[in-house]
Amino acid sequence: MLTYIAKRLLHTLPVAFGVSIVCFLLVHDRPLPVQYGLWVLTTLQGDLGVSIATGRPVASELWRALGNTLMLAVLATFIGFVLGCLFGFVAGYFRGSWLDKLASFVSIIGVSVPHYWLGMVLVIIFSVQLNWLPATGAGPGGSADWAWDWVHVRHLILPAVTMSVIPMGIVARTVRALVADILSQEFIVGQRAKGLLDLGVFRHVVKNAAPTALAVMGLQLGYLLGGSILIETVFSWPGTGFLLGQAIFQRDLPLLQGTILVLAMFFVALNLIVDVVQTMLDPRVQRS
Amino acid sequence: MTLKFPRLLGAALLATTMIAGSALAQEKVLRIGMTAADIPRTHGQPDQGFEGNRFTGIPMYDALTHWDLSSADRASVVIPGLATEWTVDAADKTKWTFKLRPGVKFHDGSPFNADAVVWNVDKVLKRDAAHFDASQVGVTVSRMPTLRTARKIDDLTVELTTSEPDSFLPINLTNLFMASPTHWATKLAAVPASVTEAAARSTQAWAAFAADPAGTGPFRGVRLQPRERFEMVANKAYWDPKRVPKIDRVVLLPLADANARTAALLSGQVDWIESPAPDALPRIKSGPFTVYANPQPHVWPWQFSFIEGSPWNDKRTRQAANLCVNRTELQTLLGGLMGIPKGSVSPDHPWWGNPTFDIKYDPAAAKAMMTAAGYSASKPMKVKVLTSASGSGQMQPIPMNEFLQQALKECFFDVELDVIEWNAVFTNWREGAKDPKARGANAINVTFATMDPFFAMVRFVSTKTFPPVSNNWGFFGNDEFDGLIAKARSTFDGAERDAALAALHKRIVEEAPFLWVAHDVGPRAMTNKVKGVVQPKSWFIDIAPMTLD
Repeated sequence: MLTYIAKRLLHTLPVAFGVSIVCFLLVHDRPLPVQYGLWVLTTLQGDLGVSIATGRPVASELWRALGNTLMLAVLATFIGFVLGCLFGFVAGYFRGSWLDKLASFVSIIGVSVPHYWLGMVLVIIFSVQLNWLPATGAGPGGSADWAWDWVHVRHLILPAVTMSVIPMGIVARTVRALVADILSQEFIVGQRAKGLLDLGVFRHVVKNAAPTALAVMGLQLGYLLGGSILIETVFSWPGTGFLLGQAIFQRDLPLLQGTILVLAMFFVALNLIVDVVQTMLDPRVQRS
Repeated sequence: MTLKFPRLLGAALLATTMIAGSALAQEKVLRIGMTAADIPRTHGQPDQGFEGNRFTGIPMYDALTHWDLSSADRASVVIPGLATEWTVDAADKTKWTFKLRPGVKFHDGSPFNADAVVWNVDKVLKRDAAHFDASQVGVTVSRMPTLRTARKIDDLTVELTTSEPDSFLPINLTNLFMASPTHWATKLAAVPASVTEAAARSTQAWAAFAADPAGTGPFRGVRLQPRERFEMVANKAYWDPKRVPKIDRVVLLPLADANARTAALLSGQVDWIESPAPDALPRIKSGPFTVYANPQPHVWPWQFSFIEGSPWNDKRTRQAANLCVNRTELQTLLGGLMGIPKGSVSPDHPWWGNPTFDIKYDPAAAKAMMTAAGYSASKPMKVKVLTSASGSGQMQPIPMNEFLQQALKECFFDVELDVIEWNAVFTNWREGAKDPKARGANAINVTFATMDPFFAMVRFVSTKTFPPVSNNWGFFGNDEFDGLIAKARSTFDGAERDAALAALHKRIVEEAPFLWVAHDVGPRAMTNKVKGVVQPKSWFIDIAPMTLD
C-alpha cells in the first residue's frame, strides 16, 4: 500500500507543477524562469501577494474564504451523498418499479435544475415568505464569529441544500447504475440460491458499489470546494466562489492567481486521497 | 438533593438568557445593505464612489465644510463643518483662510486643530510626508485638483492655497475627511521593527488605522470584516448636539445584488437597503416598509471618448444617441423611480443656460443624423461601453444598459457592454479612455453628482482635468471650454458665478459629450422601525439623527 501511495503521490507532482505554471503565467514581468523561481519561493512561504483592489494580503483573504467554503462544501457533500445513495439504491434495487421512476425523476431534476435559480426560489419560500431561515450572510456577526449553534447553522442550510442538489443527482444516477449492474451479476444470484437474506445481499451490493460511489463523491467534493460563484453570490456566503467572482470582476490578478492555485492544489490533493481510499476499499484498483 | 441541581441550573440558565436578552434588547442596531460589493475604505478617504462617502465617510469623519442634510425640501447646500468660517484673500484669490471649530476631539481623544488639518492635506499632497498614502490620492485629489498646500497660522486658523483662483474650493473640501494624526502615529509605532522601509511602515500603519479608525464624526468604527461587514458605534461626545447619534450601532453589509438586498430586507436580516429591485417595489410597499426617494443632483450617463479613432468625435453621432432613447419607457421599467434629464442640471436650475440642443425622444431625427454620418442598419456604429453590475449611484445598471442597447440599435448603433466590478470601473474613470484598462471602450457608464460646479461640469470638459488628474475620461475639451471654466472659477460673486456656469452648461449640452439617460431619485427601502429619516435632495443621508424602535 505504501508503495502505491508513493507512486500515486509522484503522479500528482506533474499535475501540481502544471497548475502552478498556469497560475504563474497570469502575472509575470521578468524572465520566466527567474520569475517562476521567485514566485514559487514566496508562495511556498505562504506569501500570495497583495490584493490590488483592497491592499490586503491575498493569503489572509483566501484562508478565511476557504474555511467558509469548506463548511459549506462538506455539509453539501454530506447531504448530496446521503440522499444520492438513498435514491440510487432505491431506484437500482427496485428497478422498473414506480419507486425507481420517482427516485430517477428526483435525481434527473437534481442534475438538470439551475442551482442559482433553485437558490433564489428557496430564498423566496423559506426566507421571504415563511421567514424561517436567513437569506444572506454567514451568521449574525459575520463569518469571523462563526459558532456551531442554531443561530449560525441556520445561515448554512439554504446554501448547503442548494449546493447539494447537483452531487445528489450525480451520485443517485451512478449508484442506481451500479446497484442494477451488481444485482444482475452471477455471484448475487448464487448468494440468493444459497439462501442469503435480502440484508446479506444488500451488504454485498454496498461493498461492491462503495468504491465507485466514493470516487464520484470525492470529485464532487473537489468541485464544491472550489465554491460556487453563483450560489455564494446569491446567498452572500463569503467563500472561495464569492472571492473568485469578486477577483474576476475587479480584475484583481494576485487574488485570482492565489485563489485558483490553492483551489487547484486542493483538487489535486483530493484526487490523491480518493484514489488511496478507493484502493483501500478495493484492492483490485491497486493491482490494475 | 438530586432534584435541586437541575432546577438551580435551569434557573441560572434562564436568568443568564434574560440578562443577555435584555442587554441585546437595549442596544439599538441599524443594519444597512449597501450596493457596494465590498466595504468602502475606512481610513478617511473612502472608495466605492459617493456610497463610500455616504457610509464610511460622513458618519465617521468630518470635513472642514459639510453638506446640509437636514431637509428633504430645500436644496442641500454647503455649511460649516470643522471650519466655522472661511474667506478668500482679497488681493490674492489663491489664498483661503479657514477658522477652525474649537473644542473638537478625535475618537482617540486627541484634539482637532490646525496641525491636524495640515497633516490631512499632506496625506494626499506631500509625497515626502511620512504618512503620505498613494492609495488615498486618487479619490481625493481628483475631487479638489486645485488644492496645493496647507499652512498653520495658529491653533485654530489654517491657510489653504490653490493653483489658481478657485471659488469652488469650499465645496470641494466636503471630500477631504479629517483623520486623527495621533491615532495614526500610534499605529505606526506598533508596526514591527522588522519592517524597516518607511513606505512599507506607512502602508501597514494605514491598514491598521483602517481596521481601527479615528475621526471626529458621530460614529466610531469598531469592527472591520473585509468583504463582509463593518460596524460603527455611537460617538456620544460628538461636538454637534443635533447630530449625537440615538442609534447605538450601525452595521454595514455589502450586498451587490439587488435581489439579494431585497430578500435580506423582506426576511428581516437588514433594516435598510439601498436601491431595491424595481420589480419588488409593490411587495416592499405592501409590507411594514417605507420606500424613500427624492430627486438627487445626479446624472446617469454614458460619457463618450474623444480619443483618436473614436466614432463619437462626430457630433452628429452624440446628438443622435441622445435623441434615440425613449426615457419615459425607461422610467416605467424602473417603477417610476427616475427623473428624465434635459442636461446635467434641470431647466429650473440657475446653471441651466437655455441650450439650443433639446434632449428628447426623436428617433426619426436620430436616424437622419446617423445616416448623414455614414451609418445604416447594415453598417452600424460600433460602441463598447464599460459599466458595472452595481455601485454607488449606478441605479440598476444592467437592465438600464440593456434597454439602451436595444433602443440604440434602432438608430444604427451596435452596442457591446463590458461589465466589470464597480470599483474597477470607477478607477478606470480616472485613468482615462487611453489606458489599457479601458479595454478599448469608447464610452463609460459612471454616474456623477451635480451638486457642485466642479463635480457637475468642470471635471468633464476641462483640458486641465484630463486623466489621471480627474474624470475627463474621454479627453473632451478645448480653449472655449477652458475659458468658460476660468471665468466661473474666478468669479466669487454668487449670481455672477451662476451666470458663468449657465454659459458653460449651455455649451456642454450643445456639444453633448454625454448620453444623458436618467436622474436618480435615490430609492432606499427601510423597515418602519427606522424613524426620523430625512432623505435630502442629495447623494448623502445623515444617519446620526435617526432613531430605531
